[in-house]
Amino acid sequence: MTISLSIFIPFIAAIFVPFLYKRIQSRKIGWFVLLVPLMLFATLASFIPSIAKGETYSHTFRWIESAGIHFTTYLDGLSLIFGLLITGVGSLVILYSIYYLSERESLGRFYVYLLLFMGAMLGVVLSDNLMVLYVFWELTSISSFLLIAFWYHRKKSRYGAQKSMLITVSGGIAMLAGFIMLHTMTGTYSVREIVVTIGQYTDEPLFVFAMLLVLLGAFTKSAQFPFHIWLPDAMEAPTPVSAYLHSATMVKAGIYLVARFTPIFGGEMTWFYIVSSVGIFTLFWGSFNAVKQTDLKALLAYSTISQLGLVMSLFGLGSAALNEGHSANSIIYAQATFAALFHLINHSTFKGALFMVVGILDHELGTRDVRRLGGLMAFMPVTFSIALIGSFSMAGLPPFNGFLSKEMFFESLVNARNLELFDVGTMGTIFLIVAWLASVFTFVYSMIIVFQTFFGEFQPERIEKPSREAPFGMLVAPSILAILVIGIFFFPNSIGNYLLRPAMAAVYPTLAGAEGLTPQIVAWHGFNSPALLMTIGVIILGAVLYKFYRYWRGIYTIAPMTWNLDAAFNANLILLEKASHFFTRLYMKGYLKDYLVYIFSFFIVVVGGAILYTGSYTFDFSNDAPITANEYLIVLAMVVAGLSMLFAKSRMTAIILNGVLGYSIAFFFVVFRAPDLALTQAVVETVTTALFLLCFYFLPDWKKERSPIRTKLLNGLIAFAAGTIVTVLALTVQGNKMFESISVYFEDSYQLAGGKNIVNTILGDFRAFDTMLEVVVLFIAGIGVFTLIKLKTRKEGQDFEDQ
Amino acid sequence: MKINDVILQTVTKIVVFIILTFGVELFLSGHNNPGGGFIGGLVLSSAFVLLYLVHDIETVHKGIPFDFKKIAALGAFLAVGTGIGSALFGKHFLTQAAGHFTLPVFGETELSTVLVFEAGVALTVVGVVVTIISTISEDV
Repeated sequence: MTISLSIFIPFIAAIFVPFLYKRIQSRKIGWFVLLVPLMLFATLASFIPSIAKGETYSHTFRWIESAGIHFTTYLDGLSLIFGLLITGVGSLVILYSIYYLSERESLGRFYVYLLLFMGAMLGVVLSDNLMVLYVFWELTSISSFLLIAFWYHRKKSRYGAQKSMLITVSGGIAMLAGFIMLHTMTGTYSVREIVVTIGQYTDEPLFVFAMLLVLLGAFTKSAQFPFHIWLPDAMEAPTPVSAYLHSATMVKAGIYLVARFTPIFGGEMTWFYIVSSVGIFTLFWGSFNAVKQTDLKALLAYSTISQLGLVMSLFGLGSAALNEGHSANSIIYAQATFAALFHLINHSTFKGALFMVVGILDHELGTRDVRRLGGLMAFMPVTFSIALIGSFSMAGLPPFNGFLSKEMFFESLVNARNLELFDVGTMGTIFLIVAWLASVFTFVYSMIIVFQTFFGEFQPERIEKPSREAPFGMLVAPSILAILVIGIFFFPNSIGNYLLRPAMAAVYPTLAGAEGLTPQIVAWHGFNSPALLMTIGVIILGAVLYKFYRYWRGIYTIAPMTWNLDAAFNANLILLEKASHFFTRLYMKGYLKDYLVYIFSFFIVVVGGAILYTGSYTFDFSNDAPITANEYLIVLAMVVAGLSMLFAKSRMTAIILNGVLGYSIAFFFVVFRAPDLALTQAVVETVTTALFLLCFYFLPDWKKERSPIRTKLLNGLIAFAAGTIVTVLALTVQGNKMFESISVYFEDSYQLAGGKNIVNTILGDFRAFDTMLEVVVLFIAGIGVFTLIKLKTRKEGQDFEDQ
Repeated sequence: MKINDVILQTVTKIVVFIILTFGVELFLSGHNNPGGGFIGGLVLSSAFVLLYLVHDIETVHKGIPFDFKKIAALGAFLAVGTGIGSALFGKHFLTQAAGHFTLPVFGETELSTVLVFEAGVALTVVGVVVTIISTISEDV
């Protein structure tokens, strides 16, 4: 219950922020917002001891029984880690934003988006129902879109926002298809239930497709190659946002998904190879490209891509453990997952700190271009220390937490080479070499961050603002992260025992409680450990490469490096736009007349075709009541009105004749004893006639139609056919009952819904969902009309979007 | 659009109240007799439309200083809110509850959450219809 509520608290807080912002138009509003993640962090942290004991919590709001969709929250070790990251890093980021964003920015909007994101992200990691998870998943994409486009007057921000939205949302839709396939196979949307029953479905043809589609969702979200291209462009967002969404939390949603689905798909060869090879290649590609960046934020973006690849590949390697069940080997392979979870936490600490450092540089100096920075150590000692800690941890050096997880990464790779499953053989060696090379590049760009920014020559003339240390408030958040970086190195096992152990049990439900599933993390393995040798190799080669960077820089300009995925994406986008424009122009003529022709022709073909196809055009008049004289009169009035409308000379006459038709129908309802309908019809007719009169007031005079006789004939034919079909349809419905009428059900409405008026009990109770959504649609339509008219471009006025 | 018709204006002043009363009556009787939120709302809004037709917009706005957009929003909120309300009590979404109460003036009366739901429907209808008609007619 507490957990379910904790998802909603950010959303509720987001509702109140604008009201608060009206009162307090200053950066102080951030302090109020800060309370939300702090409170949530404390709440989630209070679960740590019991979760560490192996308990899990779940709570269900029953929702849509027929579709199997319920609001189920589930807290276990895995979701706890992510929940703590989301709220913990969230608190630090908000604390940092209070000082980072100036008061001129629209802070209210910023915090609303941020809270929206926080709630959605908590929803993703705490939901057990796949459909609910999907909705929150897309909500994170949307809030990310809004945050990237926070400075929407910049063209690049809009481009980056659109790009990230397109890529992540299309991945999300693929994932939705995968979820539906899983549901078709297993008959449930609950992850926990699927985990239990999936074993019997692995041979179904849908199984592999579901796996691929879910992976597509995870890879787009977690910026894996070749979908990584959105992440560097997303760096147009304000730096706190980049630190929060695009390095610590949102991009890890894909990793969460992979971890969550490991018990379902893990142990399959396809899953093992796809996840680990995509991860390894992304790791290499990201770190290789990070080196050539001159913008520090872009460098960090590529570095994030590469680190995400690292974690992803570890989850891939770890999934092999599920293939064998309980065995000594399984435990060894499962260590990869342990390393992945550990690195996940470590990455959030050091990368968060680094992003904040870059934000400080940008904020204080007005640039984040590596070529213009240098020699800042003397001016910004605290910032320098944080950058040093963060970068060295990223490079995998002691005494920082990155060293521990990096060593475990190497160990897992070495173990993977001995894997007896899936014909690993040479693949394992390739993985090992590529990953090692990637780590060398990681070392190089980590050094670039530290040495090119803080050492070397100070160039005051190339910096826009005088250099000085950042204000205290801005340094607090990154300092906390930096302390964590060191703290985790010295006390890694407290994290291991309290957070990683329950999370491992969540990823490996079958291995839970096995001896040695969660190892003791130690920094020192002895001289003959391969991991240590690999680290030493990384340092030596990395240092050499860093020293002689300008000699091998040319590698980035030779052929394969200039093939650009971004260009391909843009070209694709333009092509799509052009093609859709072309097709739309084919039929969107802008004449109401043409559209009516489309609508009625479609109607004739579909409905007429259905009637012909089912052969249900036999009429049965035997049950019909005799037609009385006054009914003939009403019909006659309608016929006359309908025919005269064709020959009306002015719009006014036509509207009134149309009104005659409407009121005649109301009369029919009276004759047939349907007072509700008669009332509704009469009032609707009154209001719409008034509305028509109003609208037509603005239209020019009705000109005589001048079109060739052939068009007129065709239109007449279509009109006639449509009328005939409606008549036939009405008669068929009366004569052919294909199934029993359900109206009996509503007859005891007084017992079921406590109302004697059946129509209203249907509207307000039996089908209240329809009514509710209709009300919402009506409201949206009203607002739509209002905005279209009030906000339209005045003559010679400026378009609102251009301002 | 300004019509200067004294007879129409005088009649309207009385008729509008009759229509409004009728609208409320329809709304309340909807549970067991013909009527209900949608029709009630439409009748209420037709009263406002009549006012707009007879007097000009500024006069009406002076007399009825509501923002009808907000009324529509309130209506949509009530309609969705009753649904969420039932979920908060552990029932299915949009489950309606009813009970019999003894009120001072009305005697024994049945009150139910459908009333709130229908009130939401009625308010949305009134709000949207009046918003649409007044925005279009203001846009000259």
